Amino acid sequence: MTATVKTPLPGTFYRRPSPEAEPFVEEGDTIAAGDVVGLIEIMKTFHEIRSDADGVVARFLVENEELVDAGQDIIALES
Amino acid sequence: MEKVLVANRGEIALRVVHACQALGLKTVAVYSSADEHALHVREADESVCIGPPRAVDSYLNVEAIVAAALRSGADAVHPGYGFLAENARFAHACREAGLVFVGPSPDAIEAMGDKARARELAAAAGAPTIPGSAGATTVEEAFERADEIGYPVLVKAAAGGGGRGIRIAADTAELAPVFHQAALEAAAAFGDGSLYIEKFLDPARHVEIQVLGDGRGGLVHLFERECSLQRRRQKLIEESPSPALDDHTRAAMASAALRIARAVDYESAGTVEFLLDRDGGFYFIEMNTRIQVEHPVTEMVAGVDLVQEQLRIARGDGVSVRQEDVALRGAAIEVRINAEDPAQAFMPSPGEITAFEPPGGAGVRVDTAAYTGYRVPPFYDSLVAKLIVWGEDRPEALSRTADALRSFRVDGIATTIPFALELLADPQVRAGDYDVALVERRLADSVRIPP
Repeated sequence: MTATVKTPLPGTFYRRPSPEAEPFVEEGDTIAAGDVVGLIEIMKTFHEIRSDADGVVARFLVENEELVDAGQDIIALES
Repeated sequence: MEKVLVANRGEIALRVVHACQALGLKTVAVYSSADEHALHVREADESVCIGPPRAVDSYLNVEAIVAAALRSGADAVHPGYGFLAENARFAHACREAGLVFVGPSPDAIEAMGDKARARELAAAAGAPTIPGSAGATTVEEAFERADEIGYPVLVKAAAGGGGRGIRIAADTAELAPVFHQAALEAAAAFGDGSLYIEKFLDPARHVEIQVLGDGRGGLVHLFERECSLQRRRQKLIEESPSPALDDHTRAAMASAALRIARAVDYESAGTVEFLLDRDGGFYFIEMNTRIQVEHPVTEMVAGVDLVQEQLRIARGDGVSVRQEDVALRGAAIEVRINAEDPAQAFMPSPGEITAFEPPGGAGVRVDTAAYTGYRVPPFYDSLVAKLIVWGEDRPEALSRTADALRSFRVDGIATTIPFALELLADPQVRAGDYDVALVERRLADSVRIPP
């Protein structure tokens, strides 16, 4: 079964908390519901994207710094 | 000076375009690909697309904007507020390209942009500053100084400003980790990790003085704006006059502001910000070397068009108002209407405005670039409109503001209008008895005790 992590907000997607930091998650990582997987920059503020499911990060469906729409799939998960 | 490029977007770009038109100046708008349908683009004589949506690629792109100015034959650039307005490199690049920068000299921007240096400069000009470190400081010096002035202390980024890059240390134990964290954040956000410390004043009010200078000796102040109603150090509602200033303190604060502005031969419109304590003591915090969001409050009570003044000064006409002719008349209040949802922790709310009906009536002014069908993009700040209301006195201004807010229709997105109405109904706000922490206190209370 596959699931996705979606962004609730539109804006710019970031995989890291700051430019020098490590990414929140990498492909192959096991994550739990509630884990932060990225940030959305919207209207000069930053918001965390949290997974609402447990699973393994199969792949990122958007690039770092890509512009995304509300509801867009960010990560494909494998359970 | 005949043609002005407006290096901004939203309501301030439109405001500048209209001020230029009033003075018979031609205008060039710049826009990102997200702002193709923006009003400032439509209302300007010409427009140039300067890049993709993200601000770093467009409104913060110095080279693209200077190139657009040269290509369109503009001879001046107005930066508005935010974006490149306080970027000395941009002001310098305009000058190098032979363009008039509608604002202060690069030197004045730079002097005031380093907040630690600005503090020193203000102290040297005889203005009171908050007890703190002399300029940028090491963590060892910070410990010594904090012991002398007493905790809590604020750790501030020298390159910050506008409420950004500030952290609080409650005691000795917190100072080292807070200092370390603040240095990292400042380096990441501003490319400069230097810090200074200041005593944390509580309760305090934020009161600022508007100045206008021509850099050649002409310098006036246009009294104060009270800006203590803030959330996360961002202003929500401003008013003039301040309910907290008596005539003596007002005169002393204005004179301190003029001394600071004179110290950098200030040219154009600028704002000197102070904290005011309970006993009427006031302390310099920073100078903003640009037109400010809340400038219309001053325009309503002083009867001076600040953006037109900026343009006239840039043209070489000097300051057109004499100090003895400036007087405050009545009271004015500005409410910032942001695309944020106060019911959901002020979550940003971009999207299409399906109905936009601003209020009208006596003393009511709305500065906005929104319209029915306008899509608020997610890329820029959340300001959708500014409601500015004038009354013969403060009670009249308050009641007109609440009436205007109630009839302000913005459908399709969430806005901060309901929260502004709550604040205007607050007994302490009505009494004029509030400080910079009032909004946060009210929000904390509303979380604990659901209505």
